[in-house]
Amino acid sequence: MPRVTYISAKGDVREIDVAVGTTVMSAALKNGIDGIVAECGGVCMCSTCHVFVDEKFYDRLPPANDTEEAVLEIAAVERQATSRLSCQIKVTEEMDGLIVRLPEKQR
Amino acid sequence: MSAGTVIVGTGQAGFQTAASLRAESYAEPITLIGEERQIPYQRPPLSKGFALGQQDFESVELRPEKFYQDHRINLITGSRVTAIDRAARGVKLESGKKFSYEKLVIAVGSRNRKLALKGANLDGIAYLRSVQEAAVIRDRLKNANAVVVIGGGFIGLELAAVARTMGKSVRVVEALPRLMSRAVPPMISEFFRQVHVGKGIQVICNATVSAIEGSDGSARSVVLSDGSRCGADLIIVGVGVVPNVELAQGAGLPVGNGIAIDEYLQTGDENIFAIGDCAEFPCTFAGARIRLESVQNAADQAQCVAATIAGRRSAYKALPWFWTDQFEVKLQMAGISHGHDRTVTRGSAESGKLSIFYFKGERLIAIDSINRPLDHMMGRKLMSAHLPLTREQAADESFDLKHLAHAVGAAHH
Repeated sequence: MPRVTYISAKGDVREIDVAVGTTVMSAALKNGIDGIVAECGGVCMCSTCHVFVDEKFYDRLPPANDTEEAVLEIAAVERQATSRLSCQIKVTEEMDGLIVRLPEKQR
Repeated sequence: MSAGTVIVGTGQAGFQTAASLRAESYAEPITLIGEERQIPYQRPPLSKGFALGQQDFESVELRPEKFYQDHRINLITGSRVTAIDRAARGVKLESGKKFSYEKLVIAVGSRNRKLALKGANLDGIAYLRSVQEAAVIRDRLKNANAVVVIGGGFIGLELAAVARTMGKSVRVVEALPRLMSRAVPPMISEFFRQVHVGKGIQVICNATVSAIEGSDGSARSVVLSDGSRCGADLIIVGVGVVPNVELAQGAGLPVGNGIAIDEYLQTGDENIFAIGDCAEFPCTFAGARIRLESVQNAADQAQCVAATIAGRRSAYKALPWFWTDQFEVKLQMAGISHGHDRTVTRGSAESGKLSIFYFKGERLIAIDSINRPLDHMMGRKLMSAHLPLTREQAADESFDLKHLAHAVGAAHH
């Protein structure tokens, strides 16, 4: 299974093996990573699963659609160049090693 | 040790209160008690992916079971709270068991309004609120051929879309002249009517159901007041909800169209709060006391009440927002459009991309967007920050909402 590394705003590192097809958001919730809130349940209506994708991986992800781009504009911590909604990142084999950093707040 | 906080209701509001209390570093005991047997789950997918059979229970759980142990949340499912003893600061369960509280949060939600007419108790008439009811609809849809949906509101239309997507013959019967009329203006109702009709659904407005007929105990057709009949082997009813006020009422707390609370989400008792579907609160954006049935309202009120209980007394001032998915069309709503006197439109119904900006005098009070997500998100940012947008700016497509919204900074949403 591809491995995803979550780094909290405080610097805590968690490595999780994520089944292909699972989103980075739902893997975080299942594994007790509190920095992801996911208030709307993954339908691009809130920004509470915002992550900063490590630069090495950002270009390997399928690009964000217009809806996700719009939601990133309301993120509680201002979006950066590599910001994504983790509910929109479905893990593939090619993403093995993916690193995401969590913002200090989601609301 | 303090008795801590008791939360009654394990829906989105109850769950979020418990989670936010811990996020606020609240260290006292938290007891979360609910009537439903399942651990807390999301309701929005029930009328969408779950009914379609694309999502299972695990995928709609708000958190895995372990979350509650990890966060020292005493989760008690399958238990109904029957009474509040305000003098003793305790609640009593159906089992007779009692829990003391220092602070009590009532988040008991609402229940479906039931049909009261001949044949209403026949088999094959389904309502949707709980995940069990959603599972019944999902399973019955597999073998149904003709589905009649009574009620052209959000739930009814989302389920009509699900049934049609599965290839069923679908009719929607609505008592009022247009769809979703409580929440959207005629232009949006008409847009969605065309979407549903275009997909092959028969939409019948201005139609009152007078009876349901059946044979061998099972519903077979819906009889309309003009005498016409719609044959059905599954009838889905979505005709609104009734707030659960009885627990509060029994404790002598004031009740209006919901449990009456102030801007701090406090009831008539300083130790008792009420939030979510069951509560009527003063909404600055509506300029009135209102009651909302939405994830946003449940989650934001939960967050607010958790802050107050944790020692950061906070008035509730979040902007209401809502969404519905019907076929591939997403309607996003921000603010409360009720009471508007003028509208400005961006995009067009013909293009399938449309936003309606609602003004009351000079003030922007709401935006409804169809497939124009940036208008919705920027609208949320602008209205939350009470940043002015003129009608001329709203009408001018070249006026960049993002630019204006950036003046707010990233802090608000």
